[in-house]
Amino acid sequence: MLTMKLYNIAHSRAGDKGNTLTLSLIPYQETDYNLLCNSVTADRVKTHLKDVVVGEIIRYELPNIHALLFVCQQALMGGVTTSLAMDTHGKALSYALLEMEI
Amino acid sequence: MGKAKIRIGCGAGFSGDRLEPAVILAEKGELDYLVLECLAERTIALAQKRKLQDPEQGYDPLLERRIRSLLPLLVQNKIRLISNMGAANPIAGAQKIIEIARELGLSIRVAAITGDDVLAKIDPQWPALETGEALEKSGSIISANAYLGIEPILKALQSEAQIILTGRVADPSLFLAPMIHEFGWKTDDYDLLGKGTVIGHLLECAGHITGGYFADPIKKPVAGMAELGHPYADVFPDGSAVISKVEGTGGVVNLQTAKEQLLYEVINPYEYFTPDVIADFTTVHLSESGRDQVSVRGGTGKNKPATYKVSVGYKAFFLGEGEISYAGSAALERAELAGEILTQRLKDQFPDLRIDYIGSSSVHRSNFGHSAVPYEIRVRAAAKALSAFQAALIGEEVEALYTNGPAGGGGVRKGVNEVIGIVSVLLDRGVVEPKVSIFTHP
Repeated sequence: MLTMKLYNIAHSRAGDKGNTLTLSLIPYQETDYNLLCNSVTADRVKTHLKDVVVGEIIRYELPNIHALLFVCQQALMGGVTTSLAMDTHGKALSYALLEMEI
Repeated sequence: MGKAKIRIGCGAGFSGDRLEPAVILAEKGELDYLVLECLAERTIALAQKRKLQDPEQGYDPLLERRIRSLLPLLVQNKIRLISNMGAANPIAGAQKIIEIARELGLSIRVAAITGDDVLAKIDPQWPALETGEALEKSGSIISANAYLGIEPILKALQSEAQIILTGRVADPSLFLAPMIHEFGWKTDDYDLLGKGTVIGHLLECAGHITGGYFADPIKKPVAGMAELGHPYADVFPDGSAVISKVEGTGGVVNLQTAKEQLLYEVINPYEYFTPDVIADFTTVHLSESGRDQVSVRGGTGKNKPATYKVSVGYKAFFLGEGEISYAGSAALERAELAGEILTQRLKDQFPDLRIDYIGSSSVHRSNFGHSAVPYEIRVRAAAKALSAFQAALIGEEVEALYTNGPAGGGGVRKGVNEVIGIVSVLLDRGVVEPKVSIFTHP
């Protein structure tokens, strides 16, 4: 089976709270919601973002708006205020999730 | 009370946001309320530093420019402004607004909300929520501000003040308060408060829901980004709303922009904590009801937390940085050699030294197997230091690569910044005493 990047079928916005990174994952077509639920598990995201997320990843399903939310702990190198990272907020990491192939 | 609809606009989503979208909202938006959200977690700690240096300062640095352009429109169109531009000094901010009103010959009543500054009420021995260790162990504490909720804003609204200037207030509360005031919602009707909080959350980042920070020319093209309009919501007494923007402005309001914003910075969609309510976002329904129109229904809530969250600002460290670029053949190899030299010269003194290769893996901390060699690459060195003097060594070492490093390095930039960190504690509600002070002209 052919693989494709999440970028092709979904969009995402990153957010930050302290050292926690939030990543939404929203399919362009609501009919792709089940596909994302089945193939983008918290475990798979944890593997994909192994260089970024140190802590646990919790996945929330929001069937009301056909979207997933990944809450990634210990992901911002200490958090927005004291990180040495280029992108202290982790704002650009939405597109890191969209690099994942399914 | 008893209005069938109110219109609330959001003309700024952070301190440095563009100035003119709010002016367009005030001019053409037929608003009842304009909210300017200008206070991020760390912004208030920086404002506190300015206030310590000058007791007349400490409000938002753009307050004067924003108010000067908005005030005539607010008065003419009878729009009430609610903003956290008071930052660390709402009283001085209110006095500045009165001064501007006097200059422009406009009558105005301003309410300043204080009481969020709880520096005198926290104990440096209390454990920080993030670290579990005593607050003072993080560093020298410079500010402590509780996230206030709707109560003082409601009092200010009852006072007929046309401008309400706050310090630290939970962002959604800035929007929820006028809904409660106009529709007579009970402050323990948590389902309605949950719905209003959802609407506030959708609006609070201004351009986020009108296509700002959303656009992607390939997958999510947005027209008119240079003249992006900021949003308003028509809110109804049942807690539903329609979000849109001023006709003719750039950007887009659609299901996709609304969904991205609904989940933005949410760490538990079942329990979104504010000082007013714990809102449930999993019961929200969104639909497109017209061009640049999204209808919001649903959202529920339960009893508010017993404590206020307090952001504590502390002096963390001095950040030293330096950057240098390499381009053309063997750019990556020369950049990596620069990185090795810097590591060798700095790692003993700066154990947490970070070397980034900008253009390769600096932003995502990985390149997910994309191994294409970039034509040009920029090396960045960064480290924490105890003094500005020590932090400057990072940039100095990068600059010294001009005569001691790999061939063809250029464009050195170096910098030192004092970094303020933020940790949190919870504080009993009874300890916090929000206060409303009124200033008028004439």
